[in-house]
Amino acid sequence: MHNTQPPAELFKTTLTRHDEISPDVFLIGFKREHDFQPGQAIKLGIDTENAPRIYSICSGPKDDELCVLFNIKHDGFLTPKLTTLKPGDSVYASAPYGTFLGTQDSAWWIATGTGIAPFHAMTAAGMADNKVLVHGVRHLDQFYFSERFASALGKNYHRCCSAEESTDTFSGRVTRFLSEQKNLPTDQRYYICGQATMAVETRDILIGKGIPFSNIITEIYF
Amino acid sequence: METKTPLFGKTLEELKAVTAELGLPKFAAKQVVDWLYKKEISSIDEMSNLSKKARELLNSNYVFGLSEPSTVKTSTDGTKKYLFTTQNDQFIETAMIPFKDRKTVCVSSQVGCKMGCLFCMTGKQGFQSQLTAGEIVNQIRNIPEWHDVTNIVYMGMGEPLDNLDVVLKSIEILTSEWGFAMSPRRITVSTIGITPGITRFMNECQAHLAISLHTPFHEERQQLMPVQIAYPLDQVIDEVRKYDFSGQRRVSFEYIVFGDLNDTPRHAQELVRLLSGINCRVNLIRFHPIPGTPLKATDETTLQEFKDMLNNKGVLTTIRASRGLDIYAACGLLSTKARVNKASE
Ligand SMILES: Cc1cc2nc3c(=O)[nH]c(=O)nc-3n(C[C@H](O)[C@H](O)[C@H](O)COP(=O)(O)OP(=O)(O)OC[C@H]3O[C@@H](n4cnc5c(N)ncnc54)[C@H](O)[C@@H]3O)c2cc1C
Ligand code: SF4
Repeated sequence: MHNTQPPAELFKTTLTRHDEISPDVFLIGFKREHDFQPGQAIKLGIDTENAPRIYSICSGPKDDELCVLFNIKHDGFLTPKLTTLKPGDSVYASAPYGTFLGTQDSAWWIATGTGIAPFHAMTAAGMADNKVLVHGVRHLDQFYFSERFASALGKNYHRCCSAEESTDTFSGRVTRFLSEQKNLPTDQRYYICGQATMAVETRDILIGKGIPFSNIITEIYF
Repeated sequence: METKTPLFGKTLEELKAVTAELGLPKFAAKQVVDWLYKKEISSIDEMSNLSKKARELLNSNYVFGLSEPSTVKTSTDGTKKYLFTTQNDQFIETAMIPFKDRKTVCVSSQVGCKMGCLFCMTGKQGFQSQLTAGEIVNQIRNIPEWHDVTNIVYMGMGEPLDNLDVVLKSIEILTSEWGFAMSPRRITVSTIGITPGITRFMNECQAHLAISLHTPFHEERQQLMPVQIAYPLDQVIDEVRKYDFSGQRRVSFEYIVFGDLNDTPRHAQELVRLLSGINCRVNLIRFHPIPGTPLKATDETTLQEFKDMLNNKGVLTTIRASRGLDIYAACGLLSTKARVNKASE
């Protein structure tokens, strides 16, 4: 039985990974202490006094390390501090929790930016076979884990880039990509993950295309 | 162009720091706070018990900081909707709802919102920015009815607990002796249930709490309110149970009733179970469809029956009167219209 409730307790752990994988975007990890379901998140902090923030787990459920992917909010509290850490430094994490859960059923995965993290965990768990993944970013170097997605999803991996062009990439936002799709299946689930404006616009587009809202699951990085 | 900082919205402590920094006498902070929150002026020049030098110093770094509403719509039922332009040129809405001998002001706490609730027009705007304490209090102080305001509800645009420092500061200004000296029992803050925020809110102020519940079932709530993934309702209710609501402080639960969705006996039963033992009230709210929504309103008979089911099981339940339907009553509609107009200028 996996925890779906946010845990109250944070435990101290040691960073085993701290990589800047793209400008201002970091992948950090520590030894995995708990089982989890792909799609779940943890709370993370640098001490126990200040409120922790929530991060989707990016790594697979069998990996030795538990990793999260984050981008710096320069005027935020936690992320500027997280970026200055290095392997060996301590952080405080919670047990995994949450109900944005992947399944083996056919589905569409739609993400912007670091909202790709839960879908990477699901892919690592072998859930990508019957999925369509749409990932939207501003710059071409923000297609994190694209090799893994390309190999797991093949032509069902759609990359949308809004600020730069490339031959193998849709030029424009995720929302335009979806608006241009004809005959989206109405009986599959649509998982949306990322910041609020994109998530809400995407949900509206899907509803406008006849997808019942009960088939849409939205995780907002608020 | 350098923009000057507003004084309106600063606490007494902050004003002490301002006056100290400008080298003004210690008592100047108390004089300024009186002018800001107890008198009917709108410029630093009118602070007549301050020396000319003090006013010049203040004027060179600060502005008084009140801002007039740019638009007002008046409903046939007397409800008014004010549109304010914020410091960054964005739009927020404030509603003034007269009812019998009460005048309730419904204030916004953010421009747009990050929470993306399926039924909400503000949610469709996405998040644009946080309001300052001054911009929140200005929504009360700068409407023509402000002398007669009896109640304040933080139920306008935005999720108050996502801007909690500022919301607490605005409540401090409204309730402090040096501020508007209102009773905190006249203020209600409504949240969709951000658990850590509820803990702080309950411990750091005395205002009433309202929680948007909308369905007692996890899967359904997750579809209506993405916050359910991060802060599930069970945990929110557990947090609420830690506090005593048998005295003057109240907790209420808001429940928008959607047709063929959350208006069934099964929902009523689960609500009764969920809220058992909590001294609370449930407010049922009629849904007024927003553009493009897949949700619909329930019919009046079902609404009454739902209310009766809850009351018969001991959960005090009322139906909130719909107000201002002819003036873009759904929160976010008026400001969305203003945004669209501005974008097409
Ligand atoms: C379910 C969930 C999963 C998430 N998963 C991820 C993930 O995998 N990766 C990821 O990168 N993020 C994720 N997030 C977002 C993450 O939790 C943090 O919100 C984010 O990293 C910013 O944290 P911070 O402490 O740096 O910024 P914060 O201090 O929280 O500030 C966030 C933003 O709000 C603004 N802000 C804060 N306080 C104020 C104020 N008083 N007035 C005005 N503006 C203010 C800041 O300028 C900043 O831009 C997730 C969020 C949720 C809810
Ligand atoms: S209902 Fe409240 S919390 Fe939800 S989107 Fe609207 S303003 Fe935000």
